[in-house]
Amino acid sequence: MGKRGYTLGGFSIFIMTQSYNVSHLEHLESEAIYVLREVAAQFQNPALLFSGGKDSICVAHLAKKAFWPARPPFPFVHVDTGHNFPETIEYRDKFVADIGANLIVASVQDSIDKGRVREEKGPNASRNALQTVTLLDAISEHGFDCAIGGARRDEEKARAKERFFSHRDDFGQWDPKNQRPELWNLFNGRMHPGEHFRVFPLSNWTEMDVWQYIKKENIPLPTIYFSHEREIVERGGTLLAVTDFITVQEGETPEKRVVRFRTVGDATCTGAVESTADTLEAVIAEVAAARQTERGTRADDKRSETAMEDRKRQGYF
Amino acid sequence: MTAAKTTDYLDMELLRFSTAGSVDDGKSTLIGRLMYDTKTIFEDQLEAVVRSSRQRGDENVNLALLTDGLRAEREQGITIDVAYRYFATPKRKFIIADTPGHIQYTRNMVTGASTANLAIILVDARKGIIEQTCRHSFIANLLNIRHVVLCVNKMDLVDYSEDRFDEIVGEYKEFASRLQIPQMTFIPISALHGDNVVNKSDKTPWYQGPPLLYHLETVYIGSDANHVDARLPVQWVIRPHSAQWHDFRGFAGRVAGGVFKPGDEVTVMPSGFSSRIKAIHTADGELTEAFHPHSVAVTLEDEIDISRGDMLAKPNNLPKVSQDVEAMICWFSEKQKLDPRGQYLLKHTTNEVKARVQEVVYKVNVNTLHKIEDDREIGLNEIGRVRIRTSAPLLHDSYQRNRVTGSFILVDPFTHDTVAAGMIR
Repeated sequence: MGKRGYTLGGFSIFIMTQSYNVSHLEHLESEAIYVLREVAAQFQNPALLFSGGKDSICVAHLAKKAFWPARPPFPFVHVDTGHNFPETIEYRDKFVADIGANLIVASVQDSIDKGRVREEKGPNASRNALQTVTLLDAISEHGFDCAIGGARRDEEKARAKERFFSHRDDFGQWDPKNQRPELWNLFNGRMHPGEHFRVFPLSNWTEMDVWQYIKKENIPLPTIYFSHEREIVERGGTLLAVTDFITVQEGETPEKRVVRFRTVGDATCTGAVESTADTLEAVIAEVAAARQTERGTRADDKRSETAMEDRKRQGYF
Repeated sequence: MTAAKTTDYLDMELLRFSTAGSVDDGKSTLIGRLMYDTKTIFEDQLEAVVRSSRQRGDENVNLALLTDGLRAEREQGITIDVAYRYFATPKRKFIIADTPGHIQYTRNMVTGASTANLAIILVDARKGIIEQTCRHSFIANLLNIRHVVLCVNKMDLVDYSEDRFDEIVGEYKEFASRLQIPQMTFIPISALHGDNVVNKSDKTPWYQGPPLLYHLETVYIGSDANHVDARLPVQWVIRPHSAQWHDFRGFAGRVAGGVFKPGDEVTVMPSGFSSRIKAIHTADGELTEAFHPHSVAVTLEDEIDISRGDMLAKPNNLPKVSQDVEAMICWFSEKQKLDPRGQYLLKHTTNEVKARVQEVVYKVNVNTLHKIEDDREIGLNEIGRVRIRTSAPLLHDSYQRNRVTGSFILVDPFTHDTVAAGMIR
């Protein structure tokens, strides 16, 4: 029950009326919409980083809602490693067309061809780290002063102290010890020329919140999030999909298993989990019962204790 | 306690609370217990923490390692700033703003408290009320947190003594009589053994209240937001430029207070023009009423020039309009002190103006609550009452009445750093 005040002959009276409670998902949604509108207002040339993963799909969906009935006032940028699951690219093109957003593809292959980066060698070679250069190049080429991302504080310990409005210096670097305090809903997006911001509207969301929101809003997802049969190899405790981008090593036997993915990233380092969850409800039940974080399936985070921080400092997502 | 069931999850409420304290008062143990017992800590996280604790030679599993993931924090064994942690029960989702007790405590506590509905203050049953207890209570009160829970921890070390608990509660009440905290709750706990944390303890039969988690799940926060003074700071004007929505001009923003309904007469500040609300739009359809924290887009009956920084209110209940405000500020910058002749950028709701501090009225000793009037230099982690002059009028309410329209930050115009946070009197 909520209280509503009226003034009558100098006396304030309170009448119990209907409730002003809002659910946690409404809270999180309205906070994210507020953040996205602040981005549009505070920056000259923002962009939304869109990978086709569930978190960036959520952010894109929120952007659609924040500016409705107008289109989101910024382009979507996909940093394309070239190592994609084909389902993700199909999904990306349809989703972006439905929203009517302008899609910019920044390609890691281009960065390699131009000699901006050198491909990693060895069986665990990944283009994950190379994305940073491609991303920073795209930011400077298009003059973006803000890149909106789908990172959440609950997903990785280096992200736990990330701000909603996260400052990057003119080398694209993050300085975790020198972050601006964030109070109430006052976001400080001021910067010097050449610097930029990363903005994370889902900072306060958990993996569970994202799944529940996808269900509540009935947002379609790429099929790789749901259970399917796929050829995989097991490497260092991670189940990797057998694709053109990985080399099967001696002693490894590719085998068919029923799996799904909990995150969508570069096909060379995104591990699958064995699962029969083929509907949203089943996935949510699985998430609720999970005893491993979703990044537990990411080989890129297992490289060292502070792998994520090291990449973020360099300008990673 | 089990994790949220999928079917319950959609109707959960959100409660944000702050905790503060030093390493040895059991704060980490308490948070760890809340998170572990609600199945929030995952296997791989726990394994990583156990591994790190062992490597560091810690005797107990150090749960701070869960969020203190930055290299500098791990190397120095310190928490650098506010850590946000998340857990949920079938009733509520919780966001903990966990602030360290040892370094830059005031700045971090103020930041963490700024978005909290409730503050947990931990007291060691053996030590009773100490300086830090007072400091945290003062900051909770300053930031207008309505619900304070004093957890008297380590009850196992005082034989679960009712007398000792009563003594501490009495002492705290005497101190808190100088503050204005609407709801205070006192709970005897042992975070280590789990007494009165998730389940009611049989070792404290004299305690009639609920365990901590039950209190967090049920404490009534529905009237914390202001539902009386209608305020909508305009964030952005939505103009679709499409054939279907040709004349659409939606004034987008997050309701900061009160209730707006279609047909309501509104006054646009600062211009003073009046109109009526035609519709309250969201992408999901029109709303019959909007209140905090809804993010909406409002259309009006008349064409009025409105831009970011303006505010919609009701003609019989307008915000204060002034270029001179008095405020309590907390200083955040380690690089510079408050410059009495300096110019700052002041960010307030969706507005940004230039500002100068005209006078430091007094400083506050956050440990004793005494006013300091012979030293008016405000530096890092210091709190003081100031008079501020702005380049354009601020459309505001007192912070006590509305956290959104009563708060601001000061930004250095050269470094762009956020140097202070302010609460308007």
